[in-house]
Amino acid sequence: MLGLTKKDATLLLVVAVLALCAPFILNPFPEGSAMAQFNAGYPDLMQRFVIFGIFAIGFNILFGLTGYLSFGHAAFLGVGSYSAVWMFKLLSMNVIPAIMLSVIVSGLFALLIGFVSLRRSGIYFSILTLAFAQMSFNLAYSVLTPITNGETGLQLTLQDPRVLGQSVSETGGIPVTSLFGIELRSTYQMDLGAWLFQFNVGYYLCAVMLLLAFYLAIRIFRSPFGMMLRAIKSNQHRVNYTGLNPRPYTLAAFVISGMYAGLAGGLMASMDPLAGAERMQWTASGEVVLMTILGGAGTLIGPVLGAGFIKYFENIFSKINDNVLHGWFSLLPDGLENLIVGVLHPFIGKGWHLTLGILFMLVVIFLPGGLVEGGQRIARLFRRGKADQTDTTTKPAE
Amino acid sequence: MDAIILQILNGLDKGSAYALIALGLTLIFGTLGVVNFAHGALFMIGSFCAVTLSKILNLSFETIDPTRTDFLGNPAKIKTPYIESWFGPETGAAIIDWAVPLSILFSIPIMISIGFIMERGLIKHFYKRPHADQILVTFGLAIVLQEVIKYFYGANPIPTPAPDAFRGSFDFGALLGIDPNVIIYPYWRLVYFAFSAVIIGGVFAFLQFTTFGMVVRAGMADRETVGLLGINIDKRFTIMFGLAAAVAGLAGVMYAPINSPNYHMGMDFLVLSFVVVVVGGMGSLPGAVLAGFMLGILESFSSMNEIKSLFPGIDQIIIYLVAIIILLTRPRGLMGRKGVMED
Repeated sequence: MLGLTKKDATLLLVVAVLALCAPFILNPFPEGSAMAQFNAGYPDLMQRFVIFGIFAIGFNILFGLTGYLSFGHAAFLGVGSYSAVWMFKLLSMNVIPAIMLSVIVSGLFALLIGFVSLRRSGIYFSILTLAFAQMSFNLAYSVLTPITNGETGLQLTLQDPRVLGQSVSETGGIPVTSLFGIELRSTYQMDLGAWLFQFNVGYYLCAVMLLLAFYLAIRIFRSPFGMMLRAIKSNQHRVNYTGLNPRPYTLAAFVISGMYAGLAGGLMASMDPLAGAERMQWTASGEVVLMTILGGAGTLIGPVLGAGFIKYFENIFSKINDNVLHGWFSLLPDGLENLIVGVLHPFIGKGWHLTLGILFMLVVIFLPGGLVEGGQRIARLFRRGKADQTDTTTKPAE
Repeated sequence: MDAIILQILNGLDKGSAYALIALGLTLIFGTLGVVNFAHGALFMIGSFCAVTLSKILNLSFETIDPTRTDFLGNPAKIKTPYIESWFGPETGAAIIDWAVPLSILFSIPIMISIGFIMERGLIKHFYKRPHADQILVTFGLAIVLQEVIKYFYGANPIPTPAPDAFRGSFDFGALLGIDPNVIIYPYWRLVYFAFSAVIIGGVFAFLQFTTFGMVVRAGMADRETVGLLGINIDKRFTIMFGLAAAVAGLAGVMYAPINSPNYHMGMDFLVLSFVVVVVGGMGSLPGAVLAGFMLGILESFSSMNEIKSLFPGIDQIIIYLVAIIILLTRPRGLMGRKGVMED
């Protein structure tokens, strides 16, 4: 199907089902129940899952395949956001040209940075990308203020020309982003008993983009080009000795992953037409590194899992407070309850970054393959258990 | 002329901080071959050592003074720090005033033990893993350390003043025979520069003139041979890690009055000090120091109005620009050794 092997087609299908049914899957708890705060099925958060998923898939094409660790990827996300917002300001509120422009601009930007940075490898490459990203961040804050609007961030105003659209909507406000006339913020709500499911146009736009991006990533992973990138990762010298120049391949991977980041940035601006320089800061680049590693670098599904995981915890974990914890452990005797809540207190609410940091360290130390490797290990454990039952004479091949 | 002198002076204190952090980073990289992204966090912890000591010294008990009343008419409560009650008011106040310099003594054992724990508990297991893994795990550690500090001290910067004696400014112009009140420079920054010069000199002397330092240098050059000679080089490298942590910590302690400690100052400095290390050349101690001062001074020069009007925004990007140019033209950095991380 679609030029994929059966296994990859199944994977794509699973991701498609998960993405399209996310409003159901992420909303398992009825409204008003104690667990309702774990529901993630609201448009804002689902959009973020998908957008960061795209960002991480793109990062993984560079880091997972070639092993080049870029610490400046957020710069492309920021550039994508800025160009999308400019498109909204100048052309129209339709998101398609905006997203196209943001992909193109960030691709060109990546070509420029990649051309210079890829002359070095290893830690030097990391530092070079970091330096470029910090430069763009600092410039966006200071000198480029006419383009980026500095600290305030780039916003839509009523005075924008919008040559193909209208400057002011009928109600006299700033027009909202749309897809050929369908407003992205419009949401269809479905009441099913105690559940409230929300289907948001913007989310489905992002989900379709995610599927396209994911499909493209599978094709890249399975292509001769992908093999070439893996060869560069495992031994660049040997690639050189066979008479091949690795530079064009790594540069292509860099540009592709920059365009993915631009797509993510463009989508982000389409959901909320606002772009700020803080999206380009190196901590934002660090976040996508965290996502990819946590999920599993070099795997197809890993980055999406990692992005979903981190964004879920960022939004849900940080909402848990002491009262919620007291509610959970209220069955226990008072002293024990207070003790448990006291122990957990630093890790929840505002302290969720601490949890994230510890989790990330544990993953790097014990599970270098990320969540995907964890899942595989568990699966293997089960499979071995089954094999032991059927055939007790086989010895594990250690 | 006076403007140039002023900018050089301005660059010195930042350059000293860069040089100290980069020196520690290079020590760790040169000895253990580990890229330590948690080094900025060590700098930050050093700063918070100063905060902690000044908090401890300010611990006080309340007494009720019946002769005075506060604005509600209740008897006034007077806070007296314990220190003042033990040593008498004058000595006590002086000790509290000198909290930051005193924290040098306080922070050394803390930083060395943090360094030991980090190396033995975590970094040790990462010698054989790729550099990317080392970067990632120490990056995670930096996040954890930063969040722990945030949990205990809050997210706001905590002002930690220098002792009264150093709070004023020094008129450099008068000394050099230029008009007075042109080149004015805060005393504490001079102290910081002198302090960092002493530390840097101390580290170099330690490596150059002691047997221990000789063994460490030999280990940096060829670890295997030193091991074959029957020397337990790992143990010495652990000690060097502790020393590097202490250097970063001391840089942080003394920086507290210049920049009120906050939990993310480590990350802010980390990026720059990595750039400094790379510009100086990975694994080269003199290179790290030289690049630290050079970039600090360049940064302050580029913030002069004359230069900013020529190249707008240059002050924001000069360090990164220099780093990019140096990396592309001199792959080894300014003073990098041959064969260290060269590919």
